[in-house]
Amino acid sequence: MFHREAGVFKTNYAADMALYPLPIAKWTMAAIAGLFIVIAPLFFSEYAVSIINLILIAIVGALGLNILVGYTGQISIGHGAFMSVGAYTAAHLVVSLGWPFWITVPLGGFAAAAIGAVVGIPSLRIKGIYLAIATLAAQLIIEWTINHVPWISGGTQATIQLARPSFFGIQLAHERQIYPFLMAFVVIAIVATLNLVRSRIGRAFIAIRDQDIAAEIIGINIFKYKLYAFAISSFYAGVAGALESYYLGIANYEQFQIDVSIDYLAMVIIGGLGSVLGSVLGAIFVTLLPIVTRLFLESVGGAIFSYSDLLSIIPNLRLIIFGGLIIFFLVVEPDGLNRLWRNIRNYFRIWPFSY
Amino acid sequence: MPEFDLSFTIVLLVNGVMIGLMYALIALGFVLIYKATDAINFAQGEFVMFAGFIAAGMASTVGLPFWVSALIAIVGMVALGFGLERVVLRPLIGRPVIAVVMATIGLASVLRGVAVVLFGASTLAITMPVGDMPIDLGFVTVPPVQLVGAIVSIVFLVGFTWFFLKSRTGIAMRAVADSQTVAMAMGINVRRYFALAWAMAGVVSAIGGIIWGAMLGVDNQLALVGLKVFPVVILGGLDSVLGAVVGGLVIGIVESLTAGYFDPIIGGGTKDFAPYVVMIIVLMIRPEGLFGRRLIERV
Repeated sequence: MFHREAGVFKTNYAADMALYPLPIAKWTMAAIAGLFIVIAPLFFSEYAVSIINLILIAIVGALGLNILVGYTGQISIGHGAFMSVGAYTAAHLVVSLGWPFWITVPLGGFAAAAIGAVVGIPSLRIKGIYLAIATLAAQLIIEWTINHVPWISGGTQATIQLARPSFFGIQLAHERQIYPFLMAFVVIAIVATLNLVRSRIGRAFIAIRDQDIAAEIIGINIFKYKLYAFAISSFYAGVAGALESYYLGIANYEQFQIDVSIDYLAMVIIGGLGSVLGSVLGAIFVTLLPIVTRLFLESVGGAIFSYSDLLSIIPNLRLIIFGGLIIFFLVVEPDGLNRLWRNIRNYFRIWPFSY
Repeated sequence: MPEFDLSFTIVLLVNGVMIGLMYALIALGFVLIYKATDAINFAQGEFVMFAGFIAAGMASTVGLPFWVSALIAIVGMVALGFGLERVVLRPLIGRPVIAVVMATIGLASVLRGVAVVLFGASTLAITMPVGDMPIDLGFVTVPPVQLVGAIVSIVFLVGFTWFFLKSRTGIAMRAVADSQTVAMAMGINVRRYFALAWAMAGVVSAIGGIIWGAMLGVDNQLALVGLKVFPVVILGGLDSVLGAVVGGLVIGIVESLTAGYFDPIIGGGTKDFAPYVVMIIVLMIRPEGLFGRRLIERV
């Protein structure tokens, strides 16, 4: 990340495919990650850590959506619904069977993957706008089903309460305590994604994104890999949904509605399609956006609007800024924050001899 | 399931036809843009809502008469259509489909926020000069607003069918949609027709917004009718004016019948659910819809 590359002479394919070009890159990465994991809970306030926790959950979901949208080129407006499948599965297993989190979270992911694969079936015949609309339908139908089937929703409020996970008898009640728990999932998700996209499956995904008919001609089973993409992406979504309901202590379909799907699409697009770092940056950006907007308006907006007006204006201003930013990034920087970061890095990599 | 009852079914059918024609009105705006520019407008519902807000705001807050505020809404939506095409959509020409989808989703978000900031969050009313007395059609009664909506819808269907088949502008628009490069080579000003398509969609959305606003009242919930556009256009075919109307009719009838017969059993909400089931079935069997153009893909 912060090293200068000199003497990188790749002589075999293994070196070319390695995640890090030089050993020092691995060490700086590990140092930064370690620093963040240790320092964040120690020095940040409880509120700051709670925001970081929300970001961590969003990162898992955004990574999943980026596999589907960024790497495989399939549009999904149903990510929120897949998250709700994971959330309700985990909540039911915890509440009625009392299973521990390290079983229920992955099982939530698998349930979402199964549903996601079913939703992915039409992707063989339809693509682009049609697929987008089909996933939109999936979002609405899953939402409706959860809301109207008491067996799934767990009562009239469609709400299931569940306790925070506990480790060796200690319940992770505080933000600082649940932080390492969420961080572990994020690290696993990032490493898994990095490795997935350079594997045979990931390369098939990229081939399908770039030109699906050509991919089929060179022998990639498009249907199989599209279903993989949907299932893997939904697995991440399910895990993120399960984590979110653990974190909030509640599973409710209202926290996974269509605006959540759009938030995640925005993360992937603002962060950068087809990039792991982009998913992380996008998740940070989109999660922080409403918080920063609110803080800014509460401090500055009082000069322009009255307090009662301000309360109704803040959520709408958030909508305007959010939509405006999506459009801005699409028009001005289609490759997203990831590209901005790479531009900065490339500038400094050869600095001060940038000719 | 309740027992089959002929008169009840006829009432449901007529209601379905009326509401379906009003869906067709909104779907027309979507089809116009897709037909001419190949862009998918996920903000169609917000267009309708925004037009409703302009009309209602002018009528109730400023106190202008209905026809003047309706005219302002139409002019405003045309200007909005032109402006958006220029600022948002034109830079995205030739980019992947997800870029356009996301841009219009972003647009929807902006419009929803701007509408509430400008016009407030409370529900505004639009009073059309047609009265409130339900009109008796012999076997059923319908609200006059729905009748106006149905008539406007049919007028638009006939008008746009003629426009695309016979008028010079309409034919040029079809040429642009078919192949932008060839249209350019034939001396057609592609950009002008893109802008024109968005402006026309603005007119249709404005009228849709006024009629829907008069029926439901104008607040940010009005944008949700946009979600009904997708089943309608998928069923009818994304690029077919006739398809928008037929799709609207079928979806309206399906919605009305399922709501009438199944709502008592499962406790409501089938109305929002049934159209999407129809849509999924259509996507599985015939993705291009009833009247849509089948795409042939080559590498």
